[in-house]
Amino acid sequence: MEYITHTWHWAVAGFLIGMVMLMLNYFGKVFGMSSNLRSLCSMTGIGKKVPFFDWDWKSQRWNLAVVFGAMLGGYVAVHFLSDASNVAINSKTIEQLAAMGIDAPNGKLLPDALFGNQIFHSPKMILILIVGGILIGFGSRYAGGCTSGHAISGMSNLQLPSLKAVIGFFVGGLIMAHFILPLIF
Amino acid sequence: MNYLKYILVGFVFGIVLTKAEAVSWYRIYEMFQFQSFHMYGIIMTAIATGLIGIQIIKRKQLKDIDGNPINIQDKEKGNARYWIGGTLFGLGWAMVGACPGPIFILLGSGFLSVGLILIGAVFGTFLYGVVKDKLPH
Repeated sequence: MEYITHTWHWAVAGFLIGMVMLMLNYFGKVFGMSSNLRSLCSMTGIGKKVPFFDWDWKSQRWNLAVVFGAMLGGYVAVHFLSDASNVAINSKTIEQLAAMGIDAPNGKLLPDALFGNQIFHSPKMILILIVGGILIGFGSRYAGGCTSGHAISGMSNLQLPSLKAVIGFFVGGLIMAHFILPLIF
Repeated sequence: MNYLKYILVGFVFGIVLTKAEAVSWYRIYEMFQFQSFHMYGIIMTAIATGLIGIQIIKRKQLKDIDGNPINIQDKEKGNARYWIGGTLFGLGWAMVGACPGPIFILLGSGFLSVGLILIGAVFGTFLYGVVKDKLPH
């Protein structure tokens, strides 16, 4: 059981993620999570006013099924397959986070400082999560994909546009992690 | 029960991403600080696995589950959309430590506050749909 509850090795995880993508190819589909956000918009009927959302999202219901399965998988993994040894990040990282007032993992996936339920009383934290989400939603649709669609699907199919997008992901991520996050916290 | 196979694939995906901690804000922060190989290892192994699989699919002209040839469309050519859109996405990714897959997975795991990220992400997608014709692609 320890093999399951401990942190999975990156090689095992990477292999399985690659297999997930290939399974979807075998089902005649393409792996990509962010297009579900477009489907969610379209489900509201906004397509009558904004043409971008007037598309055949029902043909993408399979992808919403993938999302549903992923949510169940997350629930099972967090509640039944985890232990206190998890999220053993670099001790230097922990020191840096402590300096910004962010708690150490101690087995948790997410810091309480950013995701604990007390953040609902903090307009600043609510704003951070919503703005982060807006950047993710806007950026992934503008770029035509996210980590799954470009970094995994696109790169493994040797797509130059995906390489550009992934370089962009890291440029943006490095700017945020090194220059903007220290200003926010 | 057409959707069952998709739910199962998603289920595996959710477990793998959670158990490899790719859904963890900490792991994303650590990755962008270059303080661990873990996330880079995951991404590179996934790409390598996919690359080999796609090469096999193409060379052997494999068929999908319905017997149709597997045809993976090329991404549209372009520059601005990938550089600018990619960078904006990266800013958000590092800010809240989650990309679209993990947003859903974490929400399913019971992290309520991640719902705020999802609300933002849906709104961001909506904003793109509204202004898309004014943007360089």
